[in-house]
Amino acid sequence: MGDTHGERRPAGELEAGVLAALWAAGRPLTPGRVQEALGGALARTTVTTILTRLYEKGTVSRERSGRGFAYLPTEDASGLTARRMHAELAKDEDRGAVLSRFVSQLGDEDERLLRSLLDGDGRPS
Amino acid sequence: MIYTVWLPLVLPFLAGPAARRLPASLPPRRAVLVLALAAIGLAGASTCALALLVVPGATHLPVVAAVGHLLVPLASGAPDAVVAVAAVAAALLVCCTTLLVRGAGRRQRRLRRARALAARSEGELVVLADHHPDAYALPGRPGRIVVTTGMIRALSAPEREALLAHERAHLKDRHHLFTAVVDLAGLCHPGLRALREPLAYAVERSADESAAAAVGDRGLTARAIARAALAARAASAAATPRPGPALAATAGPVPKRVAALLGVPDPGSGRAMRPLVRRAAALALLSCVVLSAGASLHAADELHDGIEIAQGESP
Repeated sequence: MGDTHGERRPAGELEAGVLAALWAAGRPLTPGRVQEALGGALARTTVTTILTRLYEKGTVSRERSGRGFAYLPTEDASGLTARRMHAELAKDEDRGAVLSRFVSQLGDEDERLLRSLLDGDGRPS
Repeated sequence: MIYTVWLPLVLPFLAGPAARRLPASLPPRRAVLVLALAAIGLAGASTCALALLVVPGATHLPVVAAVGHLLVPLASGAPDAVVAVAAVAAALLVCCTTLLVRGAGRRQRRLRRARALAARSEGELVVLADHHPDAYALPGRPGRIVVTTGMIRALSAPEREALLAHERAHLKDRHHLFTAVVDLAGLCHPGLRALREPLAYAVERSADESAAAAVGDRGLTARAIARAALAARAASAAATPRPGPALAATAGPVPKRVAALLGVPDPGSGRAMRPLVRRAAALALLSCVVLSAGASLHAADELHDGIEIAQGESP
């Protein structure tokens, strides 16, 4: 994914990627660190803008770090609602009715097949 | 007795085997559409056929005969058999309608809850602090993508972009509506339940292809799916005792999706299907729908003629 490709995408999509990077780290990150975590797909200024916007929405908190800020994700109101819903759906055996999960459960044979497929594609194609 | 009326009740049982082979024979996006349309057509025709079976028996009731201005009950077989068939068909019709209304209501309530969540959330992505890897799309306007921290940490940043693109495709293409149509069709006729799994697979494949196009890398998308599935399996194996070897030995949907993205033959079938066999699946499903609809129409026409005779209008 090239730099220009990343910059052209809608702001909402970029926010999701930045937020996910913060959650993946699990500790406060400066904009520079976020940019590194994203593999340099976005410009530093873009990352800073997105982080500021996420902070204004209350999705992330921030603390002083040197001359700038380090950002940390917070579990906001939507996170709490999502948790309740998630728990409710876990009890519901028919949860597939509304939701499509990214991956379904694997059988033993599936695991073996997947590993051999991954090995076959170990190098970037 | 009108024999064609039984055809729409039998054909949905043949649709299942054809549907299972469909996702391999059509581009995923088209397979989703064809499966949903086939489900609607077959469910409509079988419901119609049930209604047509009720009518001849019902004309034995004086009140129905009076309303229809019938001089005699419809002559379409032994009266006892006709009345018995009508009673069973009417019971099935009531049962299907009840299931359909309840099923649609439950789905509606679930969607409303999902929308309530979507309304409270500021951003597209909702992260859940949960170590078990899981990710799904919540339909709404706009929809939301729910991902657990377990899933986020199982994937690299580019792989996460593939996952987000996959879930965005579900929301943008409104896949939950197609799923709803096929699920509800399964309540109209038990044979149509066999369409659910092929549709679920076609929907995932469609989202996979959209994700691969969005991130511009099929291999990356395949790896994201494989790693997410392996991480989820590892987490559930740690949390609960591993289920015994009773699990099916055939390839499940995830390895098939990964293989399709990597462009290698389907690991379940062992070898690639010949083009003729692939086209046959689509053709068979289409024939089921056309035959069902045609048979329903023919049966309705025969019934209409029968009614006119019973009314003493034509010879």
